[in-house]
Amino acid sequence: MKIRTKDDLQQIRAKLYDHLYNPSILKLNIGMTSCGIAAGARDTYHKALELYADQDVMVAPTGCLGFCEQEPLMEILAPGQPRLVYHHVTDEKIEEIVEAHRKGEYLEKFVYGQVTSPHSILDEEIGDSAPDLISPNGFPNFEETPFYNKQFKIALRNCGYMDPGKIEEYIVRGGYFALFDCLNNKDPEEIIGIIKASGLRGRGGGGFPTGRKWETCRKAHGEPKYVICNADEGDPGAYMDRSILEGDPHSVIEGMIIGGYAIGCNEGFIYVRNEYPLAVVRLVESIKQAEAYGVLGDDIMGSGFNFSIIISTGAGAFVCGESTALMRSLEGKVGRPRAKYIHTVEVGYRNRPSTLNNVESWANVPAILTKGAEWYASFGTEKSKGTKVFSLVGKVKNTGLVEVPMGITLREIIFDIGGGILRKKKFKAVQTGGPSGGCVPESLLDLPVDFERLTEAGSMMGSGGMIVMDQDTCMVDVARYFLEFLQEESCGQCVPCREGIGHLYGILKRICAGEGRNGDIATLEKISKTVSYLSLCALGGTAPNPVLSTLRYFPDEYETHIRDKKCAAGVCKGLFYYDINEENCNGCHVCFRKCPQEAITGEKKELHRIEQEKCIQCTICYDVCKFDAIDIK
Amino acid sequence: MGELAHDIVTHVVPPDVEVDFRGLDDLIVDRYGGAPENLIMILQAVQRQYNFLPRPALNYISTKMNITLSQIHGIATFYAMFSLEPKGRNLVSICLGTACHVRGAERLKERLEEQLGIKAGKTTEDMRYTLETVRCIGCCSLGPVATVNEKTYARTDQEKIIKVLELYE
Repeated sequence: MKIRTKDDLQQIRAKLYDHLYNPSILKLNIGMTSCGIAAGARDTYHKALELYADQDVMVAPTGCLGFCEQEPLMEILAPGQPRLVYHHVTDEKIEEIVEAHRKGEYLEKFVYGQVTSPHSILDEEIGDSAPDLISPNGFPNFEETPFYNKQFKIALRNCGYMDPGKIEEYIVRGGYFALFDCLNNKDPEEIIGIIKASGLRGRGGGGFPTGRKWETCRKAHGEPKYVICNADEGDPGAYMDRSILEGDPHSVIEGMIIGGYAIGCNEGFIYVRNEYPLAVVRLVESIKQAEAYGVLGDDIMGSGFNFSIIISTGAGAFVCGESTALMRSLEGKVGRPRAKYIHTVEVGYRNRPSTLNNVESWANVPAILTKGAEWYASFGTEKSKGTKVFSLVGKVKNTGLVEVPMGITLREIIFDIGGGILRKKKFKAVQTGGPSGGCVPESLLDLPVDFERLTEAGSMMGSGGMIVMDQDTCMVDVARYFLEFLQEESCGQCVPCREGIGHLYGILKRICAGEGRNGDIATLEKISKTVSYLSLCALGGTAPNPVLSTLRYFPDEYETHIRDKKCAAGVCKGLFYYDINEENCNGCHVCFRKCPQEAITGEKKELHRIEQEKCIQCTICYDVCKFDAIDIK
Repeated sequence: MGELAHDIVTHVVPPDVEVDFRGLDDLIVDRYGGAPENLIMILQAVQRQYNFLPRPALNYISTKMNITLSQIHGIATFYAMFSLEPKGRNLVSICLGTACHVRGAERLKERLEEQLGIKAGKTTEDMRYTLETVRCIGCCSLGPVATVNEKTYARTDQEKIIKVLELYE
């Protein structure tokens, strides 16, 4: 059927409301995005299908709830019973968990919490909203657990709460109502005004005011215009875009159609990185479904507005996340960026005005148009409105995707939501902004997270990657790592970036190999200045940030590497050695068994010894020792 | 649901493979309308079919689409997914993204290089494994991560990944 009226949308919503919230039979929602699958969710899903093939049990895939550390996650809905989320549900455990649940026994070992507010944040504006569920005795409220209680999901509003393969469920959650309202009740300038008033800034890293970008593009000369979604997500450590594309693809599609209408264009592209095949599949399915329902394609919802979306894939180039390089890649060319004084909103794809926005930016659009600009602007700080999704990863306990209002402190994210450092180690730094960003040390943990504050501290928001590092991370090695990456990914067309990064990397490599020289630090700083001032694009322009921020906050680590040829963190091979701590070693023999070089000698229950000539510093013994008996010297 | 759209070739394809020109022509014209903008996607389809980009196929594309071979060569060498040499039967990809790096991915890479006797980017002599590095496949919470062909191995370590390799012929 083609949706033509708001009533059509309401009818679909009414028809499937119960299926989503009050199913009449047992329903298993299994998190099936790439991280869930990597943790074994596909096996769990197939096992569920197998077990319940002939029974009155629904098995459905959902997007990612964000708490990736606990994957595979499964939610069980049963009439008259609490709605529980279970964690670490492997194919071996699912049967016992489900059977117990059916009997009213809820296996404590696997219960994460009870969901009390499963409904969409858009419900109030759409129509009726069912009341919250009552919490049963004993279980923590899902939304109040430390991982979730400081989060507020706007971009991730539907992830984990619906089957991403079903447009109807997106509509139940309030989807496509904003589009209907825009096409029928608002004109383009009004929509742009709302986006401007909301304060939405680009979520891909640039932080450029989205409303202003749309406005400039709308006014630019040239036809046809284009709307592009940057789903290249090249920052290593960031995967929030993947999660949105796999868990709620329609939020991006709806956002783009609204954007196209506001700017005055009829064609959109979604450029997805090659490494996200599941995202591509979800997008293609969603586009087909949207076309079938008439919310995409010709004469959308009877409004006379046409809009189509084409999917294009990347082929493995980080620089293609840069907007001008992306457009070259879309044109089938090598992804070499162009100077930024030529604005893509005026001369972009095929030299026509183009609006490029990040996945997360697009996903926010329908919510802003449904709930209003003031609502969105009520979150965040003065200059950074709304919420941001961060991928909290690295040496932190609760790894996953978190969406928090801007202005929350780093300490709250890492220690309250994140649960602190793994294995009781000491926090050292948190890296934000990907290869363009920098490391923030402990002294700045109370920094409120927003665009300006992070830049002042020598880092940047970037796409939202937040990598937590502990005492076992060598900051010089981190700088070296990023420069190695940037050198590989540099397109090579301008001298400052191509040669400059090469030199910076060369110096850092030498330092990490114990061949640092006096004057290296001064040289690093000097080259960094040149590279950042003179590079053609932001890849080169921000390349020195990892070096400069680690030099700023951890200068002693550089000194020790250069002057003493030592790596205190135990990372740079040859600049440290492992030694058994005589007091702590109890002869448990584990390191002996695990050492791949058979470099450890010792009898059980007696002090062990490492034979330094055989040791290749692979870190296995250090990682497996439970008694803190391996020292770094 | 969740089925991946690739039809990856996991058998070894010799460098002087017979290119299906008719099929290639259909790909260029019927599927991609002969548009130069679709060059990258055409090359991706060829890469998937042959597990690398055979020179005769590139010659054909160059002549058919009126794009110089040097331009095509530029694209084939700029984008990491393309290979001008045949790959092995099993593609082992280690993620070296920041989150995985911080959780020991470098050591994982060194261990695998040692075990297979090749450096990353190369293929074993018996064509059994190609070892590559990738910068982030998006499973950062479960690092370190490695993939073999299409399967992702999360929360892996030096020992586990060696055992995983045994499963692949």
